[in-house]
Amino acid sequence: MATMDTTVARNLEPQAGFDFGLGTLISAGIGALAGAVVMIVVGVTLGLVTGEFAAPPAGAAALAGLLAGAYLGSVGPVSRQTRRAQLIAGALLVVILALATFAAPFGLGLDQAPVAQLVALAIFASLTIVGTALMIGDIPSGAVSRYKREEAFIRVMKGLGYVIFTVMVALPFYVMVMTSLKNQSELLANPLDLSIDLSQGAAGLFSSYYELFTQFNFGRYLLVSFIVSTLTVILTLAFSIPGAYAVARLRFKGRQAFARSILLIYMVPAIVLVIPLYAVFSQLGLRNSLLGLLIVYPATTVPVALYMLKGYFEGLPAELEEAGLMDGLSRFGVIVKITLPLALPAIASVSLYVFMIAWNEFLFAFMFLDDPSIFTLSRGVVSLNSSEVPRQHLMAGAVVATVPVLVVFLWLERFLVAGLTAGSVKG
Amino acid sequence: MQKREAKLASGMLLPTALIVVLVVLGPLIANFWISVKPVELADLRAPAALVTERLRGDAEAVGDSVELQYRIRNSSPERPVISAAFTDTIPEGLTVTALDPRCTLTGRDLSCALGDLEGGFRERFELEAEVTQAFLDAPSDVRDTDPLVTGSGVNVLTNLDFTLENFQRVFSASEFWSVLRVTIYYTVFSTAGALIVGLFAAQLLNTAFKGRGILRGLFLFPYVAPVIAVAFTWLILLDPFSGTVNAMLVEMGLIGAPINFFGTRDVPITIFGLTFDFPVALSTVIAFEAWRYFPLSFLFILAAMQSISTEMYEAAEIDGATPLQQFWYLSLPQLIGILSVLFLLRFIWTFNKFDDIFLLTGGAAGTRTLTVQVYEQGFALSNLGAGAAVAVVVFFVLLAFALAFFRFSPKEGGA
Repeated sequence: MATMDTTVARNLEPQAGFDFGLGTLISAGIGALAGAVVMIVVGVTLGLVTGEFAAPPAGAAALAGLLAGAYLGSVGPVSRQTRRAQLIAGALLVVILALATFAAPFGLGLDQAPVAQLVALAIFASLTIVGTALMIGDIPSGAVSRYKREEAFIRVMKGLGYVIFTVMVALPFYVMVMTSLKNQSELLANPLDLSIDLSQGAAGLFSSYYELFTQFNFGRYLLVSFIVSTLTVILTLAFSIPGAYAVARLRFKGRQAFARSILLIYMVPAIVLVIPLYAVFSQLGLRNSLLGLLIVYPATTVPVALYMLKGYFEGLPAELEEAGLMDGLSRFGVIVKITLPLALPAIASVSLYVFMIAWNEFLFAFMFLDDPSIFTLSRGVVSLNSSEVPRQHLMAGAVVATVPVLVVFLWLERFLVAGLTAGSVKG
Repeated sequence: MQKREAKLASGMLLPTALIVVLVVLGPLIANFWISVKPVELADLRAPAALVTERLRGDAEAVGDSVELQYRIRNSSPERPVISAAFTDTIPEGLTVTALDPRCTLTGRDLSCALGDLEGGFRERFELEAEVTQAFLDAPSDVRDTDPLVTGSGVNVLTNLDFTLENFQRVFSASEFWSVLRVTIYYTVFSTAGALIVGLFAAQLLNTAFKGRGILRGLFLFPYVAPVIAVAFTWLILLDPFSGTVNAMLVEMGLIGAPINFFGTRDVPITIFGLTFDFPVALSTVIAFEAWRYFPLSFLFILAAMQSISTEMYEAAEIDGATPLQQFWYLSLPQLIGILSVLFLLRFIWTFNKFDDIFLLTGGAAGTRTLTVQVYEQGFALSNLGAGAAVAVVVFFVLLAFALAFFRFSPKEGGA
């Protein structure tokens, strides 16, 4: 019971007025960190969006954040979360930032993109204050227990983590899209200017894409990729469903050995296969053909598909199938009428996973295909990587290759997540 | 009953087994075969005798003398064609007057035995013929009938010519050990990096909050997007002359001059008076790898974390354990299993990886791993045999890892 009392006591610590104890000190540190990080992110974003780039004044922002954080810390956990305290802290933040940067909050003159600067300032202030208040959380202004200190530490790490991860993942994709919408001279003149010139209209904006589809045959690559990936999925399922069912349900000698060797085969690297396949396919005339790819792709995906499906089939209740057999269904009937409908989620995730592998496959497409009329997208994008092709075309090609697979993935994400985790964790 | 089931099972497994044997196991064995053969990329086309013919001289009146010229060539500059011969049909209305001793003529059917042709063999020989009225009435092009060529070129892939030169080349090259070292660094640090980043990401998304689904989807982007797209994007981002990142870092005053992230082998760095060479390109590639594959470990770790029962944490809370203690003493031990399985799996997959480094650096600037070396030897230097020899090395290193994996992996029920 004693521990319960302290838990209660922790939440009821006195909150009288301003208090400049350890809690306030921690809050000030959190505020400084938040100010600097948010300034860098907002400042860089502002630079990339407007094309007016200056080094964000992280030091001044840290100072402003320090004071705002100290204020938020000192008012105590309850009033800290009120709108009034946060507005005061925000005002404090903006004023200090303006003073410390001599009225150039982002290191830019007031005449450079004034509206964008104003918006950025509002975003900076609200993100910093809300972030600081959230990270400070409920730590008291005075003495702070170890428990609360560690909680605050975790909140700070998480706050930093969200920012770092989002930037780390989103930045390349953002740059990829923006680069594809620009033209060569703009790109060379200022690599930091990722702003979009909307005045040129959609035709000018998407000119790289237009050229890709009209001059570089990307419509065909898209079609080839789609056909190859879809056929790979169908072939893989046709091979792996019976195989997985047999390994999961039927009793025969060498079942475990078979299951294990499947996993081993999954680990055979493509690079070891590429030389002999290249040699043999060259002699058989399969090398520079889609048929060759359609032999290699399913063969390399069948093992993992079989393994994923086997795991799922084993989890299905065998009683249902036995009942089906009792009722006079054949084994084939049982599979089609009972097992497959139940395994639909697993089949969806396997299909998605295989589709993704086939769509993204690079090595064999690169090695085997020389004929531009049967390029897959991967192969087509690689052919854009030359000094004669401007880089916005390369990036537009990357976008064209990425968008379909991302759309399919976002649409069926839960299946992929379920399938990936169910299938491979068991190994 | 049991027998029938076994029969059914073998029927269901047969297609899978067949395709796997044909496309995975077959090539695996073929790779060993190629690795001990002196085979170059150009040898894939078996040498063959090529014969072309043409008519020389004017055929304007009866009795005009013309020449039927045959040009013979061995397509391979090095290897012979054994017992080459060809047959052809002499156009109607031409009477052959002088025959090459190697040829015989039966009616209008010409057949010539050329014997063995050396590598790079070239010859032209002529048959003299006289024009008759029939030819003038219906002039036919000699090219209308293609000479039918026979003769067997020796296919290096299938003959019994063996050599250990490939392996000698691989092991004696001064770069082999540095390639091996780079491979190990790359594999270990990329795997560990992806795991640690993934662990951190999983912590972020373990608790429910608004927008968690969106963030989770976003975090998976690097893994789902095609490798060519993300590799080229990073190449452009980090470009020393017109890359956004370099320009940004210079603008902020963090670096004096742009860094060639993918092109610099190493820079000397001094810490506490100790100077060592920091491998820039290799580290960048490793960072890329951690970036691209953290989503996978993130997914697995998140799934494992969500399955840890909350009761334990409640009990620990009552016992006064602080959040960090809970993570260290409760979460981590629960995750050790999945972390080690992930490490082994990722380790093997990273070791197998070829595309990423090939697209980012092409193996330059101290980033050549064994898999890139396979390509380099086999295709860039056109020596398939040497490439296959490197692939054999890859296979055996991998086999060692796989055996370790099976030893440490949790046993499945009854296995």
